[in-house]
Amino acid sequence: MTDTSSAKLTASDNRPKGLSGLVEDWSSDQRAFKNVSWRKAMMWIFLLSDTFIFSIFLLSYMTARMSTKVGWPNASEVFSLHIGHTNFPLLLIAIMTFVLISSSGTMVLAVNYGYRKNRNLTAIMLLVTALLGATFVGMQVFEWTKLISEGVRPWGNPMGAPQFGGIFFMITGFHGTHVSIGVIFLLVMALKVWRGDYDKQTPGYFTSRKGEYECVEIMGLYWHFVDLVWVFIFAFFYLW
Amino acid sequence: MAESNSNHNNQYSATEIPADGHQAHPLKVYFVVWGWLFVLSACSYMIDFMAIQGYLRWTLILFFMMVKAGLIVAFFMHIIWERLSLSYAVLLPPIAVLVFVAIMAIESNYTVLTRFIFFDGG
Repeated sequence: MTDTSSAKLTASDNRPKGLSGLVEDWSSDQRAFKNVSWRKAMMWIFLLSDTFIFSIFLLSYMTARMSTKVGWPNASEVFSLHIGHTNFPLLLIAIMTFVLISSSGTMVLAVNYGYRKNRNLTAIMLLVTALLGATFVGMQVFEWTKLISEGVRPWGNPMGAPQFGGIFFMITGFHGTHVSIGVIFLLVMALKVWRGDYDKQTPGYFTSRKGEYECVEIMGLYWHFVDLVWVFIFAFFYLW
Repeated sequence: MAESNSNHNNQYSATEIPADGHQAHPLKVYFVVWGWLFVLSACSYMIDFMAIQGYLRWTLILFFMMVKAGLIVAFFMHIIWERLSLSYAVLLPPIAVLVFVAIMAIESNYTVLTRFIFFDGG
């Protein structure tokens, strides 16, 4: 029997690709994810469960909005900004979107420089990503403050259906929490990269497994997922 | 170091998995995707700015949303370079959500109908 603990797929394995590869990998009592390490597989499974959590939030939002007789507040007006004499609908939200996309861009650069063993650039890119993430959270705090000052509460608001506030704070709050946790982990990861933990293969805090630059890629998976969720929130909550 | 880089670049193709399981791809791919995400986000914003309404609005919102999500998952999260056993494991289960959406949409229509009938005096 071949070694099933290894995450490396060597040429001698000669596994089929495509659909027949899918069937081969999933059948016959073996390890299904052939060239994926345990940590990457676990991150993907966590992200899948997180997908369901955010799906349920958006689904309950849809149900509340579709089943209420009271008019839903117009997001385009609620989230508009006045600059000079012009009224820009959703301006802050659009800027937040660009900030988050840019942070995803710097994150893939960090992953790439990590595999190139470029320690300094990886750490810098991780720090830039964390900074953009923190900017995003800061703008969200501004948005919450603005809405609260306008009288939006989880149980009601002056603009329309009372569920609006509860759903807004729940969904953006949960997403903002994800971003905040991501920023903390990005900072931790930047520190580890910067002091060379992954070059020396120092194990992490709760594991005896060797640290590798793959950890940066797995961090990246989480960060891109946060960006991905924002794409759906932007479409359903702000544009609907 | 430089040698292993060029080695990765030579191995690169859209369907092939890197032999060592590491996702190292040319930076150009990422910059192109990044650019497209900016363009598509700008398009999403323009839907609201130009106040497009009705079915056209919904079609455009969902189209830009799906393309953006697809680009992020496929390239930033490297799904197109992974083996299908992983891709299908993470991409197929969310289809169940769509079924749930359909169920709740039907249910919501029924709820709002009964609310109009019984809370408004018919």
